Amino acid sequence: MDFTVELFINAIVAGLLLGGFYAAVTAGISISFGMLDIVNIAHPAFIILGSYIAYIINQTFGIDPILISIVVLPAFYFLGSAVYQVYHVSFERRGQDALRGLAFFFGLLFVTEVMLILVFGVDYRYVKADYIDYAYRFGPFSIPMRMLIPCVLSLLMLALLQVFLTRTFTGRAIMAVSQDQLALRLMAADPVRIKRIAFSISIATAALAGACLIVIQPVEPAVGREYIGRVFAICVLGGLGSLPGTLIAAMLLGIVESLTATYYGPSWAPAVAFGFLLLTLAFRPSGLLGR
Amino acid sequence: MTDALLHVENVGKRFGGFVALEGINLSVAQGERVGLIGPNGSGKSTLVNCMCGSLTNETGTVHFDGHKMDGLNAHQRTHRGMARSFQLPRPFTTLTVKENLRIPLLYTVYARSGTHMSQADINSRCTELAGLVGLAGKADKYPLDLTQVEMRKLELARALAADPKLLIADESMAGLSHSEVTDIVSLLIKLNERGITIILIEHIMRAVMSFSQRLVVLVSGKKIADGKPDQVVNNPEVIGAYLGE
Amino acid sequence: MRLPVFFLIALAVGLVAFGLALTFGNDYVFYAGYVVLQFIVLATAWNILGGYCGYVNFGSAAFFAIGAYSTVALHKLATSPARYLPDGILPFAEAIFPLSVPTLVVIAGLVAGVVGLGTGYLTLRLRGAFFAIATLALAVVLQTLVLNWSFVGGARGAYIIAPQSVAIGAYELRYIHYLALTMIVLSVLAVTIARLIERSRLGYGFATIRDDEIAAEACGVPTLRLKLIATTISGALMGMAGAPFPYYIGYVDPGTAFGLSYGVNSIAMPMIGGTTSWIGPLIGAILLGTLQQIATVTISSAANLLIVGLLLVAFVIIAPKGIVGHVQDYFRNRKKEAQ
Repeated sequence: MDFTVELFINAIVAGLLLGGFYAAVTAGISISFGMLDIVNIAHPAFIILGSYIAYIINQTFGIDPILISIVVLPAFYFLGSAVYQVYHVSFERRGQDALRGLAFFFGLLFVTEVMLILVFGVDYRYVKADYIDYAYRFGPFSIPMRMLIPCVLSLLMLALLQVFLTRTFTGRAIMAVSQDQLALRLMAADPVRIKRIAFSISIATAALAGACLIVIQPVEPAVGREYIGRVFAICVLGGLGSLPGTLIAAMLLGIVESLTATYYGPSWAPAVAFGFLLLTLAFRPSGLLGR
Repeated sequence: MTDALLHVENVGKRFGGFVALEGINLSVAQGERVGLIGPNGSGKSTLVNCMCGSLTNETGTVHFDGHKMDGLNAHQRTHRGMARSFQLPRPFTTLTVKENLRIPLLYTVYARSGTHMSQADINSRCTELAGLVGLAGKADKYPLDLTQVEMRKLELARALAADPKLLIADESMAGLSHSEVTDIVSLLIKLNERGITIILIEHIMRAVMSFSQRLVVLVSGKKIADGKPDQVVNNPEVIGAYLGE
Repeated sequence: MRLPVFFLIALAVGLVAFGLALTFGNDYVFYAGYVVLQFIVLATAWNILGGYCGYVNFGSAAFFAIGAYSTVALHKLATSPARYLPDGILPFAEAIFPLSVPTLVVIAGLVAGVVGLGTGYLTLRLRGAFFAIATLALAVVLQTLVLNWSFVGGARGAYIIAPQSVAIGAYELRYIHYLALTMIVLSVLAVTIARLIERSRLGYGFATIRDDEIAAEACGVPTLRLKLIATTISGALMGMAGAPFPYYIGYVDPGTAFGLSYGVNSIAMPMIGGTTSWIGPLIGAILLGTLQQIATVTISSAANLLIVGLLLVAFVIIAPKGIVGHVQDYFRNRKKEAQ
């Protein structure tokens, strides 16, 4: 462990960039779990799916992965609608215990991962794009483009989401549905439709997050599972359903993970997120910004 | 005040920015029959939840049977002798009516006395309780096969199963027919004569008036009246806020 | 049927099955059967918390691995106690090592039970969803810890050489038969415990937690205490299932011990078999376990996991009550029609 200022600063910078990306990954869960109370633990599976789709198209046609994800967004939106429909009819409407809903999403997560293994195998896959090997260097800072671009895009996506949620009617209806379904009905909005839109949006974010992911690091099917802990840790720490809180928590986690990886080795990194999660759940389940 | 069975002292409860209860003071003496009325959303159920421990009040204290209830959670308060029915029935859906009634017997009555009730005793007590509220024929049915009215009766019977000192009946009579209301009121009065203190929360004024020795009115989280039923009912503020015309 | 009678009958059934397997003359039956028995324990254990109480545990692999790795750790200690233990307790250590499999099972149960209690204490005061996520977190944290613990082999794994046979009195039992017998006893124990709980006061309490925790509290049920009991028993049983594993498989690494298969199977088997009774996980384990053994041999192990996952999703959507639940409904409806 050699402590130079340069190393330290670069670790922090990497952490911030990573944090921005983590926030985008978590945005979907902030909506589905934080606002709709749907424990979609299969969210990382959708992200990985997004990564692999970006990979195939990039491999075959050479198109930029981020561009691919924007084109694919509508498809993911519809996928989200379909999944929500099944979830709603099978579980929400029957008033079924949360047990079955959880098992359902767990099954989805599992099936997605195994199918990816069967189709693509367990080798790491990566995308090719011009900027991936570049890095900005000024002074002690070294900012890899492959992390900067996803981070910037993630922040953009978060900003758009926040504007949507706070300024449009549908967005505010989504925020309302998490609080009071009756009031929503009185506003002549159909809670089920609002929830479906929200869930579809959350899955759509996975498309973009997936492309960002494969730009940042090579991907293999099991990577999704690492993100479950990260995503829920950030969501809970940030205060369920708050996008600004999610961003702060994501940055925090990114920095701690980056420092841990730099000084203790990358094999401890997964434990950081999950450890955070356990501690948060144990001691401050209402999140940093508390309710 | 010190020999009141239940003493609610300056209890307040907020949900985020919304003030559900503010400065509630209420004393209920041993053996009293108190009616609690007020418009929907006035905080009646919230008050019950705070008294019984399902919710934690931010300010104030609940005293029961001479002890402070701070820090005690719901099941502990039930062991001490509080029992309540839920305004929206919450039966145990995978258990039959009879098994629903068993739960308080197994977990409250048994915990209190420490003596083991025999299976036969438990069974006969369950049957007795079911009969008290008119559910004798439905003892082996599941809650999902019951009507709304029957579910409310089950709620009441289940609260009674806990052998309480204080029973809080939260809208147990919604949807009941005229004669059914009379029956439940007589039942509650009989139970009161046997020593159970009862707080009745109802919208059916006929029931409230015939039952209550004292009437308390809650509006927008505040207590606006507390006294003899005849006086409270003629209180202009109460008429304006709730009874109206 | 009274409990001791149930236990003895179940044990008898297990022993008869063991006897039948011996007639095959091929040890493969025992190797495959061991896996199925393991799943019976895991599924039954999972169901005590999941089916009875309604709290989903995604980290079954963690508890299983705790059992496996306690055995690895104790085995390593036994092979060279002088290296790791202080001199003072060496004579005692040499007297008790190497520990027999049943002892290892008990120890694993204790360790896993304590971990279950701890996890529960940290998270059970929150909603079920948080508990489920916490169990996932636990699995990953433990796996990372083990990966970095070189004493038990870390990422390289550990080789555990099992003896060829065990002497029981005057009789020499082949080791795989010994392990299979251990698993039979453990399965019988798990199923008996499940049945005991189901019909007891505790079982009723668990059901109220599953149905409506708030109403349960109002009725006087100490929900936190009961949930902790469930988590401890469930975790302990899973740990016990994992204890003989290193001797069965010969080589243990974190990837295997914390494998995907344990997590998904311990959920899929009870949900497919039926969660409201001890019979459900048993049926689920036998059916699914056998199916997987066949699929692994005929297709591939990834494919068999896919089948389990698909079956889980399908059953959860279409037949949520599981096999047992739907069979019960069928008979109840026939009774109604007959009246």
